[in-house]
Amino acid sequence: MSTQEKEWGLITEFKSSADIYHAAEQLRDSGFKKFECYTPFPIHGMDDAMGLKATKLPWLILACGLTGLATATGLQIITNMDLYPMIIGGKPNGAGSIVAFLPVMFELSVLFSAFGAVFGMIGINGLPKFYNPVFKHEAFKKVTDDGFFVVVSVDDPKYNTQKTTEFLEKIGGKDVTVIND
Amino acid sequence: MIDMTLDPNADNPAQRTPLVQGGMDFKDVSHAVCDISERKTPKIWFLCLAAALGGLGLLKTSILYLIWEGTGIWGLNNPTYWGWAIVNFVFWVGIGHAGTLISAILFLLRQDWRTGVNRFAEAMTLMAVACAGVFPGIHIGRVWAAYWLFPIPNQMTLWPNFHSPLLWDVFAVSTYATVSLLFWYVGLIPDVATMRDRAKTKYRKIAYGILALGWTGANKHWQRYEKAYAILAALATPLVLSVHTIVSFDFTVSNLPGWHTTIFPPYFVAGAVFSGFAMVITLMTVVRHIYKLENLITIRHLENMCKIILLTGTLVGYAYAMEFFIAWYSGVEFESYAFINRAFGQYGWAYFIMIGCNVISPQFFWFKWCRTNVVFMFIISIFVNIGMWFERFVITMTLNNDFLPSSWDYYAPTIWDISTFVGSFGLFFTLLLLFLRFLPIVAISEVKNCMPEADPHHGDNH
Repeated sequence: MSTQEKEWGLITEFKSSADIYHAAEQLRDSGFKKFECYTPFPIHGMDDAMGLKATKLPWLILACGLTGLATATGLQIITNMDLYPMIIGGKPNGAGSIVAFLPVMFELSVLFSAFGAVFGMIGINGLPKFYNPVFKHEAFKKVTDDGFFVVVSVDDPKYNTQKTTEFLEKIGGKDVTVIND
Repeated sequence: MIDMTLDPNADNPAQRTPLVQGGMDFKDVSHAVCDISERKTPKIWFLCLAAALGGLGLLKTSILYLIWEGTGIWGLNNPTYWGWAIVNFVFWVGIGHAGTLISAILFLLRQDWRTGVNRFAEAMTLMAVACAGVFPGIHIGRVWAAYWLFPIPNQMTLWPNFHSPLLWDVFAVSTYATVSLLFWYVGLIPDVATMRDRAKTKYRKIAYGILALGWTGANKHWQRYEKAYAILAALATPLVLSVHTIVSFDFTVSNLPGWHTTIFPPYFVAGAVFSGFAMVITLMTVVRHIYKLENLITIRHLENMCKIILLTGTLVGYAYAMEFFIAWYSGVEFESYAFINRAFGQYGWAYFIMIGCNVISPQFFWFKWCRTNVVFMFIISIFVNIGMWFERFVITMTLNNDFLPSSWDYYAPTIWDISTFVGSFGLFFTLLLLFLRFLPIVAISEVKNCMPEADPHHGDNH
């Protein structure tokens, strides 16, 4: 059975974080929308250089934190004030005992927020994803070491294999290669 | 080698000692860290692991005998219901604090030097919390009923008492362990991806490939990653303060003289940071020497940690003095008696070990020579570790003379107290050795990010 190979994008390598930063600016200014920069570490200011909007992740984390707070408050009020009120060591039950519930309310807010931050980040990033067309590019192994790569996707409205290759070479990209999916 | 013409504390960052020395570039950083687990396992590692597993076996044996026989095998007696179990618990939880402090608070404060040491310190946190978790689990007596601590209703619809500080501990410590684990793992993802891309053998490729979740280093991913990391740090900062605060509530919410004080939460937090940093120094000086990481974990890193030890050690000394002052100033005779008994009673020897190790020994770090001499700081850090264990011992044991002279007694540990404590080091070192062997012990991508050539404007004149 032969597999139909489909063109996925163009990959090119840059020498340093400064080069890839300026390349991203030029891609953004020339109207490219669907390109991605792959770097071994986050580069300061890259989001602006690529024209990315801020992530909505903090709102998700806030929602998770509030869920945690509500869970802790509900759990303690229902179990200790309603289902089985216990008076131990003269500690009151009723509105006054809310103070004793604060530690658990704080802890669960933090716990749920942390779940939101980690699983939210992993989920929005579409991870875990063990197959990615970029992994087919042999030189791409360097990306987690000292490689700086730009990929322009075929989905980009300005994409044209010939012209985009020339553009990438003009802005300093080395070894522009077509990646198939 | 350190260039002494540069000042580690200069206001202008360009004049500071660089964090990465020896002229390393990005490739050298990845290599220096990844090579540790890629080269052939040294024989000494197997020897250390065998010793650590021996300790772990001792812990298991002690726990099994405890479950079989009951807490009577410990030296607990009438006024001393809390023996070494609580001492060891607070000791281990405290050790963990340096990791979260380095990774969270120093991250928020933009202290770039943290990147060399944070991975190791965070791993140490997890291992210490694992050791801590053992003790409350086993000291409840009926271990098989430990699940009663969790909010699960039993057949009488009886729920745990949320007014109890011991239950707050359950939530605080389990949240702390979980958040520390998540924080550590998030930091690991890009570095594990580095190890995946360098892997030569099939098993390494599969194992690191799964752990790295298919990380590519795409900037969109980095954007969310950095946001998640920053928010986790902001969440972990109050969390690390809350954990030891809540641990101190176990003591302070009681009505016993010597325990019922408002200074306990900040005093416990300072002590925890103090002991945690001491443990980081103890382990880091050795690991850095064995694995030749002097260029990544420089004297500047160690010196900064010594300064934190000096600060927190002095805070702890202040707390000791303030406890005495308040005991006298309050005019409560039981309170005064508790403290006079603490210093000059049956446990006076332990009290003075504590003062010597915790108050006096860190004061050497006022001197630059002491802060920059690796052997010296290693020795002091051992003293601090011992002193901080004795601090918890002193707090717990000196209540052996409580309100009624008829119930006064002297607590002495049995062989099982000792074997459980020694065994817990076996658990700690087993986990530590596995970490050193299989995971990147320095945060590779974070170190690279702090190198000058990582800045896209490096070399620009603006």
